[in-house]
Amino acid sequence: MRIKQTVGLAIAAAAMTAIAAPAMARDTIQIAGSSTVLPFASIVAEEFGNAFSQFNTPVVGSGGSSGGLRQFCQGVGANTIDIANASRAIRDGEVESCASAGVKQILEVQFGYDGIVFASRADKGAFKLEPKHVFAAAAAQVERDGKLVANPYTRWSQVDSSLPNQEIILVIPASNHGTREVFEERVLTPGCQAFDSIKKLDKDAQGKACLDLRQDGRIIEIAGDYTETLARLQAQADAVGVFGLSFYEQNRDRLQVATMNGVTPSLETIGSGEYPVSRPLFFYVKGEHIGVIPGLAQYVEYFLNEQVSGFGSPLEEAGLIPLNDEEREQALAAFKARKAVK
Amino acid sequence: MSNETLSHRSIIQARVAKSLRKRHARERRFRVFGLAAVLAGLAFVALLFISILVRGLPAFWQATITAEVYFDPTLIQLEPRPVPREGETPQAFSEREIAWQSQLTMVNWNRILENSIIALKPELANSRRDVRALFTSSERFHLRDLVGNDPSLIGQRVTLDLVADANVDVWVRGNIDRSLPDSQQQLRPAVRALADELRAEGVLNIKFSKALFTNPDSRSSPASAGLAGAFMGSLFMMLIVIFLAVPVGVASAIYLEEFAPRNKITDLVEVNINNLAAVPSIVFGLLGAAIFINWFRLPLSAPLVGGLVLSLMTLPTVIIATRASLKAVPPSIRHAALALGASRVQAVFHHVLPLAIPGVLTGAIIGVAQALGETAPLLLIGMNAFVANIPTTPFDQSTALPVQIFLWQGNELRNFFEARTSAAIIVLLTMMISLNALAIWLRKKFERRW
Repeated sequence: MRIKQTVGLAIAAAAMTAIAAPAMARDTIQIAGSSTVLPFASIVAEEFGNAFSQFNTPVVGSGGSSGGLRQFCQGVGANTIDIANASRAIRDGEVESCASAGVKQILEVQFGYDGIVFASRADKGAFKLEPKHVFAAAAAQVERDGKLVANPYTRWSQVDSSLPNQEIILVIPASNHGTREVFEERVLTPGCQAFDSIKKLDKDAQGKACLDLRQDGRIIEIAGDYTETLARLQAQADAVGVFGLSFYEQNRDRLQVATMNGVTPSLETIGSGEYPVSRPLFFYVKGEHIGVIPGLAQYVEYFLNEQVSGFGSPLEEAGLIPLNDEEREQALAAFKARKAVK
Repeated sequence: MSNETLSHRSIIQARVAKSLRKRHARERRFRVFGLAAVLAGLAFVALLFISILVRGLPAFWQATITAEVYFDPTLIQLEPRPVPREGETPQAFSEREIAWQSQLTMVNWNRILENSIIALKPELANSRRDVRALFTSSERFHLRDLVGNDPSLIGQRVTLDLVADANVDVWVRGNIDRSLPDSQQQLRPAVRALADELRAEGVLNIKFSKALFTNPDSRSSPASAGLAGAFMGSLFMMLIVIFLAVPVGVASAIYLEEFAPRNKITDLVEVNINNLAAVPSIVFGLLGAAIFINWFRLPLSAPLVGGLVLSLMTLPTVIIATRASLKAVPPSIRHAALALGASRVQAVFHHVLPLAIPGVLTGAIIGVAQALGETAPLLLIGMNAFVANIPTTPFDQSTALPVQIFLWQGNELRNFFEARTSAAIIVLLTMMISLNALAIWLRKKFERRW
């Protein structure tokens, strides 16, 4: 008898779910994307939930910049996300695929900068890197005596005598991360331009020579987050990893940062542009959802508030390099005017 | 003749005696190997448990500042909480309520926190920034909620346990190398000295961490991050699994075992159920994302969807376990019932099923325990998001316990979250072990031997 009742209950529950589900409207902002932006967005989400008692605390997922934008472009409606976090600008292809799914009003919001740093274990040698060192250590082909040859370097000291005598193992983000694009644009490309034999090549061949990485196991691509990179460094003592500045700042006891062109990365040197490897951070708001999902516009405006993401704000403490006042005004004005990405 | 048999017998005896030693040696060898395998298995389990316990147990206690907080009326200038007026529309009332709430939030709670320490150490009046760094940032909302729930606190002095900042906790417990130079420390020298001073004076103590159990996850205030949200998410999912997978699974097992005709179709169904039991869980996650979210348009990150996906995953386990325990009931029970004039349904529900119940319960509980620990399918339906609310219905966004472990494992504040992650593992393992213990207890209680 008891079993019969349970079966009845279960059927009733299933029926209820089936009826209730389509009528559901979402009242919590749903965010996904870049794992670099995730800590910042989560902090803002929490503070937002605390500051506005009438709105729920937004939910922030990860998945990388590309993964977030793919989810973002799945369409319009309560079962799609409202905001995609990205550590790179949206690509034309993504705007098109968004448009074909009905997402036409993509509002781009830039909210700060992030520095990308090279760091090694605190108990190993200190690195003073230049882009050309990183290129020479990482590329499939490097210049030797004016000719391109398969990369022969196995130790950093062979690349440049000023570098520590440590085995070359470079832990870099995989291509699902926006950080990878910055690594290629700001480190590898300038690095390979330093070599004449590559400069002489035509544009396509040059691009290929710059971004082709060696395949002999010395480059480790990480698809997960920076903790995975850190775990690699703990397992392979000689490895050098690519991190976000904020991650490095929270783990200074385990990591030491490499200088780039003689500049130590910090909030100041990145903010002033002196440290070369930095990138803007964005999030993309689905214009179609503004006014439908409660609190969406308020969240964006709260995010851009100086007390939230400006100098001296909790986000700066978490490692974000804030926008200057002018940039902040511009970002806010563009959002208020609902200026969509074309 | 007799001589011949005798010699024959002695030959056999000699051969047996010879092989006996070999056979005994073989048996001894097997026993030693078997025992060694068991011991190696136990050693690995022990190693795993000990390493988790050693790392995780300390995280159940955390740095807490016990101080007298003065809810200073000059700082908390608050109108009385609005009450519904006569003839007022609910909307107008909720607007006034929201205005009051935001006024409450705007109070400078940090200053009240700082004052609690400055009252003890007046010389710190000019270094408020250092004092504030002692407290985790959500403590200001803790004070706000206290006053929001009980405005009569204003003007009173209350001794409270306040959670210290995560980096203070790491520092006073020595989870960061205390001999490192300033450039590698997370806290400023002044804050470190202040923390040590308060610890020596007994203001800052290591106390049992309630935050771990009562709070949801937190990023802006890591020291107050807790498991309550993930726990509720897991609970909702388990309820859905219990109310969907168990009855459906048991019903289909009874039908297949007791009523279904033996033919090609039921054979096919049987093979498919066995295959489903072997499908990797991530596939169920993909299925859930495609069907429940994209097609049925159920919400992302909701325990409802997680529960449905996990139900699908648990179903084959429940069916197989139930069928096995129905098979184990001797046919004589069925025959006796039928011979006394019971219908087939009566025979099954009055006689066979009650005898099979221990096996069914064990199967169901082990299926539920398996679902409780499942992570992969949940990642695909958005349950790996950061959720700072405790869900109150299965439709609310939420995480689950194993996913929370995954998220904390990836938190950038390594010194603090390594221990926290192990603590979460301990909580999850405790739940698993209690579920399994329940299964064993139920089996023992209802078991019948023939």
